[in-house]
Amino acid sequence: MKFTSVFDIIGPVMIGPSSSHTAGAARIGRVARDLFGRTPKWAKIHLYGSFAETYKGHGTDVAIIGGLLDFDTFDERIKTSFEHAKKIGLSFEFIAETANKEHPNTARIVLGDDTGEMSIEGISIGGGKIEVSEVNGFKLRLTGGMPALLVVHDDRAGCIANVANCLAMHNINIGHMEVSRIERGLTALMVIEVDQNIDEKVIQQISLIPNITKVSKINN
Amino acid sequence: MDVLFHNVRELVELADKENKLISEIMIEQEMKISGRSRQEIFEQMDKNLTVMEQAVERGLKGVRSVSGLTGGDAVLLQNYIATGNSLSGDLLLDAVSKAVATNEVNAAMGTICATPTAGSAGVVPGTLFAVKNKLNPTREQMIRYLFTAGAFGFIVANNASISGAAGGCQAEVGSAAGMAAASIVEMAGGTPAQCAEAFAITLKNMLGLVCDPVAGLVEVPCVKRNAMGAANALVAADMALAGISSRIPCDEVIGAMFRIGQTMNPNLKETARGGLAATPTGKEIAAKIFGSAVN
Repeated sequence: MKFTSVFDIIGPVMIGPSSSHTAGAARIGRVARDLFGRTPKWAKIHLYGSFAETYKGHGTDVAIIGGLLDFDTFDERIKTSFEHAKKIGLSFEFIAETANKEHPNTARIVLGDDTGEMSIEGISIGGGKIEVSEVNGFKLRLTGGMPALLVVHDDRAGCIANVANCLAMHNINIGHMEVSRIERGLTALMVIEVDQNIDEKVIQQISLIPNITKVSKINN
Repeated sequence: MDVLFHNVRELVELADKENKLISEIMIEQEMKISGRSRQEIFEQMDKNLTVMEQAVERGLKGVRSVSGLTGGDAVLLQNYIATGNSLSGDLLLDAVSKAVATNEVNAAMGTICATPTAGSAGVVPGTLFAVKNKLNPTREQMIRYLFTAGAFGFIVANNASISGAAGGCQAEVGSAAGMAAASIVEMAGGTPAQCAEAFAITLKNMLGLVCDPVAGLVEVPCVKRNAMGAANALVAADMALAGISSRIPCDEVIGAMFRIGQTMNPNLKETARGGLAATPTGKEIAAKIFGSAVN
């Protein structure tokens, strides 16, 4: 079931003009920023399908940049996000792609700064609701409707149990979990949706577990 | 996910069995899924209602979009109603005007509440604030109007689509109009089954509606599609309250909408490549706004 709450239908409160192309786009930008963990210095935004065809008219571009700046869907500053980005030194580029993606409203955001970079693909599925479909080449399905953890780790025995144990110690319940890897024995990814927002100290604790490379979170 | 209803048939059966309103079933499901209290859920919906009220008020004062393509029509309609010469009826035109007001604010990048989307955000509040003057509902009943609309929208979103890019305008304004029709029926004292009939009658008359925004902007024809969505909802609600039923059951109409959306040409699904967007005037407008960047 893609839509779980009545507020997915009656909502969100947002700046117009399009729930999928403006509010959804802002949310994709914001999730990308959350996963990156800080405001990026630069971003390359690839747009596909209807996003690519109509992004200017829908304010998809200002909305995504607004999201990268941590603005919510109803934040009036979305309208002038380009100026805000300039002020803090975030450079960006939009690329309208012609390739067809599975979903018509897809955006791939590659973002980074001096210490790292990340690639996130998000889809806007209607009414402002989004899903994250890919992170750093890993296929996944993350709705953003629940707080979530993304853990990049070396593909070794015990990693998953160690992370689950750490969450259990903090009394954090796992609602949904996915694991995937690019190749056996190399890099793997855990996507863990939980019932409550996760403290920074829990994130730090998980990042100290052996074979864990990177931990990102999305709070709700 | 343990939901109380997956389709309209289950929703109506549950409401009948427990002798409850559809809005009540939606509230109970939201409590169950989110773990939040009735009060918290009501408060959030109350806030959404306030946003809708403010958008209508702002639109009725007159707004203009950045492109200049839309704005001011809600005011024209209110002035026309005031002459006392309206042919289709004051309540109907009031709903149309308030739906237009909301979408004009949306096109001007103002603050609105998506119902179920931004491009279709005018229909539910437009009808609500017009019917309000006739039925004199309490604040709680007005909030319930939004839960009833949400219940039907929830079913459509999960069983078909509420995205113009995925299903065309039928999925957006079509869904919104059906949701509004069902809510009008409940507020007017109709049965849950009549709510479903009103939804079905409305959506049947929106099937096949394409999403063809000129220059890709949520303006032309979106604002006027909301106007007609509101009119469609009111007429269908009256038909259902008169005892008329849809020969094709509500869930099957939703299924038909989904399949029509799947077979719809991508040029007609929010890409601004077909329909009104591809007319000579549509292209001319696009060229004027974006130069040669838009084909």
